[in-house]
Amino acid sequence: MNFWRVPLDAHEVDVPRGEVHILEERCKGCGYCIEFCPKHVLGVSKKFNAKGYHPPQVVKPEECVNCHYCEVICPEFAIFSVPVEEEEQDARGGDLSA
Amino acid sequence: MKTSQAQSHPLDPLLRTDRIPHIWCPGCGIGTAFATCLNAMKDSGIDLVQTAMVSGIGCSGRGAGYVKLDSYHTTHGRAIPFATGLKLANPKLNVVVFSGDGDLLAIGGNHFIHAARRNMDITVVCVNNFNYGMTGGQVAATTPHLAKTTTTPVGNPENPFNAPLLAYASGATYVARWTILHARDLTESITEALLHPGFSFVEVLSPCPVNYGRRNRIKPMDMLKIFREKTIIRNDARPTELDLDFDKGIVLGKFVHDTDRPSCVELYDKTCRPQER
Repeated sequence: MNFWRVPLDAHEVDVPRGEVHILEERCKGCGYCIEFCPKHVLGVSKKFNAKGYHPPQVVKPEECVNCHYCEVICPEFAIFSVPVEEEEQDARGGDLSA
Repeated sequence: MKTSQAQSHPLDPLLRTDRIPHIWCPGCGIGTAFATCLNAMKDSGIDLVQTAMVSGIGCSGRGAGYVKLDSYHTTHGRAIPFATGLKLANPKLNVVVFSGDGDLLAIGGNHFIHAARRNMDITVVCVNNFNYGMTGGQVAATTPHLAKTTTTPVGNPENPFNAPLLAYASGATYVARWTILHARDLTESITEALLHPGFSFVEVLSPCPVNYGRRNRIKPMDMLKIFREKTIIRNDARPTELDLDFDKGIVLGKFVHDTDRPSCVELYDKTCRPQER
């Protein structure tokens, strides 16, 4: 996360981690999830789904903080995020100043 | 990134998934409004077995067909009368009306006014996409001044409805307005509206890329950027200041939350079914 200065309690804050799942066949390519993801986790993929739309793809998987905004803004019920398990999160590290 | 896990969307249990993908156009905001409505139903903790969704006619009217609850797709403009009937026949039922601006405010305008006057205990989610989308983009009661539609090719000469003012003036006890971009505030508002005893009205501004957007040269993404830049969140703003005017800025927020007025069912029971002595 980018701060203009690191908050004093940054080491105590657990930043949640998430994993984005995309149901490509439901996507109609509106691009809202890509545009409005606060962490810019998603990008347009080159592939087509069966209806000829470009679904999103995850370009920065490690950035996802499981905020679920893609899930609520998607008009197609085509994307959702799930929290990443605790052990996995420790292994990835929670460095806020990065 | 692992995508191999066979997982389904968290809203799938509330959807008739055999009908998904739905008919709404790419970039249409009704899907988002519908998803926030379902999320709010989940968050509010109401008994979903005792919940019915009622829709009228129009693009948003399809909502009742996609929800895996008791639902009712009614005639044009008559969603609120059907909902009133459901609520009066079974006061334990949570009745949610999910419909569009043309259905609720134009052909169903009088039903809307009188349900608000009676303070009927229903939740009305009105998706406002500024035109009649399903029939080809004709001018509606909510089309902004000078906006182009099929029937107003040089611009709409009329002024649009200030829907929250209409609801407030008619006696609604919960009034809010959000856009689909403010999905979290919208979910919170619909949750409050569902738990509010009395007539609750939530207006949701939504892009209509294929009809309204195309004729006004607004791409769906630009419409959402307009929603971000031209809106002001002002809770408890005076309802007379909520004109639908993109030049002045559109005020969003929760405007009315009145818990003192008794609902229609309460008043009816008090007047016509006095306690047995």
